[in-house]
Amino acid sequence: MSDPSLPDMSLGMNSVPQAQAIGLEMISVSPGRGVMRVPFREDLVGDPATGVIAGGVVTTLLDHCCGMAVGSAAAMGTEGSFSTATLDLRIDYMRPAAPGASVTAEAHCYKHTHAIGFVRAIAHDGNPDDPVATAQAAFFLNRATAR
Amino acid sequence: MSDSPDARLQAFLASVPYIRFLGMKAELAGDEMTAILPFSPHLIGNPVLPALHGGVLGAFMEMTALAQLSVLSTEMKLPKTIDVTIEYLRPGRALTTYARADVRKLGRRVANVHVEAWQEARSSPVAAIRGHFLLAGS
Repeated sequence: MSDPSLPDMSLGMNSVPQAQAIGLEMISVSPGRGVMRVPFREDLVGDPATGVIAGGVVTTLLDHCCGMAVGSAAAMGTEGSFSTATLDLRIDYMRPAAPGASVTAEAHCYKHTHAIGFVRAIAHDGNPDDPVATAQAAFFLNRATAR
Repeated sequence: MSDSPDARLQAFLASVPYIRFLGMKAELAGDEMTAILPFSPHLIGNPVLPALHGGVLGAFMEMTALAQLSVLSTEMKLPKTIDVTIEYLRPGRALTTYARADVRKLGRRVANVHVEAWQEARSSPVAAIRGHFLLAGS
């Protein structure tokens, strides 16, 4: 569930055109953690022979979810605004999602410094213990100077 | 799939719904393929800069790798992405993005592909990926 001490990042998400375009849904956010989902849609299919959601959609979902986890970790106890920029993102695809399945991502920012956040994430189609993909990412934190 | 490399490429692009969602195109000049992602407002990930979504750049480069493999192979089934490592070098601005793939190794079962994406100057790439792809039929 959302932590009331955090900035309302779901509001920020609604202002991101690509997040809206793929129908990204915020499930929950807590310090250092984020969960998001992309409902299945025909126009997001990556392989017409199988009807599975495209790897690129999973990439966007994981990038966005990791960014939110970094942001929620870094926002704790700080004043002033900041933004995050992905430095690198490594994704391993364990298996295709089930045809017609929605995909959920769960990200954990397990370490952050003043400038960098390190995140691990999984994407699954119903069972977090049987992920479709895992991800590892590093983010740069652009901090505006607190007034 | 089809006979000529260009026919295979265009058939691949037309067959994938997500490629149409992105608005991605590709051109073949001899044996060199250039993938093209015209700017569109729905691709924005940071409305303040504005900048393309990092996931969109990653997805575009992954699709560029798959498109290049469709040029090289007559196999009808699409390769499966095993892993990708995406490096973000500069913000992707609200401009057309281009990408080229370099198939570093085309084995019987696995291909290793590097892709670089740029906007105004190829010498200033916005992002790159390295990926492994499981070839169909293996």
